[in-house]
Amino acid sequence: MTPLLSVQGLSKHYGAQMGCADVSFDLYPGEVMGIVGESGSGKSTLLNCMAGHLKPDAGQVLFETRTEGLRDTLQMSEPERRMLGRTDWAFVHQQPRDGLRMGVSAGGNVGERLMAVGARHYGDIRGQALDWLERVEIDVARIDHRPSTFSGGMQQRLQIARNLVSGPRLVFMDEPTGGLDVSVQARLLDLLRGLVRDMGLSAVIVTHDLAVVRLLADRLMVMKSGRVVEAGLTDQVLDDPQHAYSQLLVSSVLQV
Amino acid sequence: MSEPTYNFAYLDEQTKRMIRRAILKALAIPGYQVPFASREMPMPYGWGTGGVQVSAAVLTPEDTLKVIDQGADDTTNAVSIRAFFERTAGVETTTQTKASSVIQTRHRIPEEPLSEGQILVYQVPIPEPLRFLEPRESETRKMHALEDYGLMHVKLYEDISRHGHIATAYAYPVEVEGRYVTDPSPIPKFDNPKLGHMPAIQLFGAGREQRIYALPPYTQVISLDFDDHPFEASKADHACGLCGADESYLDEVIVDDQGGRLFVCSDTDYCQARQAAGFKGKEAV
Repeated sequence: MTPLLSVQGLSKHYGAQMGCADVSFDLYPGEVMGIVGESGSGKSTLLNCMAGHLKPDAGQVLFETRTEGLRDTLQMSEPERRMLGRTDWAFVHQQPRDGLRMGVSAGGNVGERLMAVGARHYGDIRGQALDWLERVEIDVARIDHRPSTFSGGMQQRLQIARNLVSGPRLVFMDEPTGGLDVSVQARLLDLLRGLVRDMGLSAVIVTHDLAVVRLLADRLMVMKSGRVVEAGLTDQVLDDPQHAYSQLLVSSVLQV
Repeated sequence: MSEPTYNFAYLDEQTKRMIRRAILKALAIPGYQVPFASREMPMPYGWGTGGVQVSAAVLTPEDTLKVIDQGADDTTNAVSIRAFFERTAGVETTTQTKASSVIQTRHRIPEEPLSEGQILVYQVPIPEPLRFLEPRESETRKMHALEDYGLMHVKLYEDISRHGHIATAYAYPVEVEGRYVTDPSPIPKFDNPKLGHMPAIQLFGAGREQRIYALPPYTQVISLDFDDHPFEASKADHACGLCGADESYLDEVIVDDQGGRLFVCSDTDYCQARQAAGFKGKEAV
């Protein structure tokens, strides 16, 4: 089986400051990879480098494209990368307002990706938007409302709908549950888990919340100071952490 | 004291040369916004400084100039720009579309079809069709370069979802030669179909925004739309009260304090020519 995404030797420095260094891993179709670590450990830098938002200093990000097989996305031209970014890839931001157009209705937000790749039938676009709002449990009567009138949890679900409408194969998520209260978090996680399983999505999830990766991720990487200190199956890493930092991380979780 | 003497058509020759270069580039890449070093003109921004500079650069002493403001030849903007060129260029001026070789226009295309050899110069307030969707100039340029125009349809989608139809009635975005999405300046969408395959040269000048773009003769221009909500050129559903024309674009004029209203052609030259030819509308005296 060939990997969907293969990251090799990815490094990014901010001047003398290290963002992330020499990160390599493979992600297989249908697999969910969790990246955990404390603030400033380089996990968001890594995610942004993979998604093409930042230009890494060294390394390769190979993606299994539909037509041409494994290709280094860093060597692609800008139009190719943008096309990938709105068809096969999706990016869920921590702050919904970074990923949504706040001045455009919910339906327009969901439809944007479809229109960007050439959908020109209003009825079809609206039909798909309605379908997706239903799938992320947003009242379809609110399709013409702006996201600024939505609650935080609804905005996050809308952002997910907007990203998944084009049927991507790979989703990057940056702290998708950050800033939400626990009951809303639980519903969102439930929803995400269902969607990932139903659509057979591959995903890379960056979070500092170990409960999130326990529920969603098949595999786990622990990062500290820009480097991967431990990697393995989620349950294995969380139940039997080997590296001193992973042990600290696991033991820091509050038990209720 | 003698009158100050100006170079022909106000601008100095070096400036005209710079503007002509921009115009040639704009004609070579239809719909592409060419930056140019817009000059201070003796009138405020928003009064047609871009159009005036383009007109000055294309005028020759043999030209006959017509200036339109919202279709009319006799409103402030039209009168003052016409007077400006009468004084600084000494060219002949006219109000007849047929008799003119250069037409500077604010927000209308004449009803009378234009022919080869004529130049239509538009005054443009905001040349960037994506401006109100994406405020960053660096990003809109990238979007043009990459033909990343999905956002334009999001705007039309919003129109339909809010109003049930595409409610954009002026400055309706067009796609030029299957490539650049362009703002046709705030002409009513009624005029959009006339943009395409026009025998005359169409030049667009935006003075404050320092952009020139152009449509060479017989260019393909398509108004953006959805398959199930096609573009529709709309006008007031009346006939002209003075000349009876039912195919021209109409202005609605309130005539008394009782809410009485009159629909008249916005193109005054067209309306007067019809009246002179004996056509009479219902409200004609």
